[in-house]
Amino acid sequence: MYVIASHLRLAENPDDKLLPALGKIASTFHSYAFEEDSRTGRVLFWADTWASLKRIGSALLISATLGMILAVGIGVIPRLRALLSPLLGTIAMIPPLAILPVLFIVLGLEETAKISLIVIGIAPCIARDLALRVGELPKEQIIKAQTLGASTWQLILRVVLPQLWPRLIDSLRLSMGSAWLFLIAAEAIASTEGLGYRIFLVRRYLAMDVILPYVVWITLLAVLTDLALRLIRTHAFRWAEPER
Amino acid sequence: MAAVTVRNVWKEYGAQVVLENVRLEIADHEFVTIVGASGCGKTTFLKMLLGMEQPTRGQILIDGVPIRPEPDPDRGVVFQRYSAFPHLTVIDNVMLGLELRSSKITGRLFGAARREARAAAMAMLESVGLAHAADRYPAQLSGGMQQRMSIAQAVIRKPKVLLLDEPFGALDPGVTADMHELILRLWEENRMTIFMVSHDIQESFQLGTRLLTFDKLRHDPQSPEAYGASVTYDMPLSRRRPRAAPSS
Repeated sequence: MYVIASHLRLAENPDDKLLPALGKIASTFHSYAFEEDSRTGRVLFWADTWASLKRIGSALLISATLGMILAVGIGVIPRLRALLSPLLGTIAMIPPLAILPVLFIVLGLEETAKISLIVIGIAPCIARDLALRVGELPKEQIIKAQTLGASTWQLILRVVLPQLWPRLIDSLRLSMGSAWLFLIAAEAIASTEGLGYRIFLVRRYLAMDVILPYVVWITLLAVLTDLALRLIRTHAFRWAEPER
Repeated sequence: MAAVTVRNVWKEYGAQVVLENVRLEIADHEFVTIVGASGCGKTTFLKMLLGMEQPTRGQILIDGVPIRPEPDPDRGVVFQRYSAFPHLTVIDNVMLGLELRSSKITGRLFGAARREARAAAMAMLESVGLAHAADRYPAQLSGGMQQRMSIAQAVIRKPKVLLLDEPFGALDPGVTADMHELILRLWEENRMTIFMVSHDIQESFQLGTRLLTFDKLRHDPQSPEAYGASVTYDMPLSRRRPRAAPSS
């Protein structure tokens, strides 16, 4: 359908930019992915991909760690729950994009601000989801562990944390969409490389032949990450798989 | 040794009196079975013995020492369900108590210590007839097997007092008979004092050396919450085992 539509538009106006022919996309993509940029001497496509993956990867790692620590604190230690639970609920309600300017002002335009945006966007949700999971652990399990001599620390280490890993993976999978959204938003506004930056840069020239492959590539990256997380969950946490 | 003294224990939730003035002297190595209508406070009583709940008034002592106000390894427990750790295999579930005792920081054992603990856990599993399922996860076990595992898990820490909260309530009758044999054998071998809450009167007579029934002594039709339950019958049961009947 794309091919037909593209062909019809190009037949009418050979300079049409909205639906470039597949051959044009392929040649542009080739120059982005395999040829060095004359100005920077870097292969733009891979430089962009690497920059974006680094940002989203570190943001996910930080969010996961933060989420786990907060959830265990909230779930296991009643005094922390009273303090943090309402706070976290409120923070989760702040629209992250609305405080993006604040982040840029406070943290500068470098990586920190972009990673912070993603973390602020997804960590509270991950933490709340995991805290709910801790709350779902049957009270009997906790009591049983105590009668087996578990201290609070041992309880966290041997009973609570191991049962949170699969849920963390689920939670990360669900957060992935928002993570990409925040990444691209941050890159669009202030960046010098990155997948989101490139898309918004070439938008000015209506360069659909660049935008379309980038969108496909981002989608592919997201799908592959999701698949990888799912595989980790099935293989590393066999006990958490429903019986078939 | 684990003689249990319950000294004038009351449990109230606001105006609602659940238990009133429970007084008991339980000798070492007694098998106490507790029956009563639902809502009569027998589970509350067990929770207080366990340290999950505190008495409003009165005291509970083991060998003359007041119990700690939270669960500890002196008092093992088997619940009706949910007390297995789903992320651990059967053998790891049983080993957990040994690992928690010896390794305070990581809660795990390594090398020779681990092999030793594993061997002890395996012996325990053999004793409850679960050796063949050692590497399965609890979700893959039948109800009876899960309860065997829970019992093994509790007994391996050698608690002074073992508390059983309707442990066989959800099992098939055929399985229950095997479980009775198992629990009596472990009770003899480990010289524990056992408290078992049950809704099955026949089972309670069959297993116990002493049977308690909980019920309300007084009843106020205008405010049913005003009076709590207490021990209404306290029967020593003569048994086939060679020990003298306990004096009460």
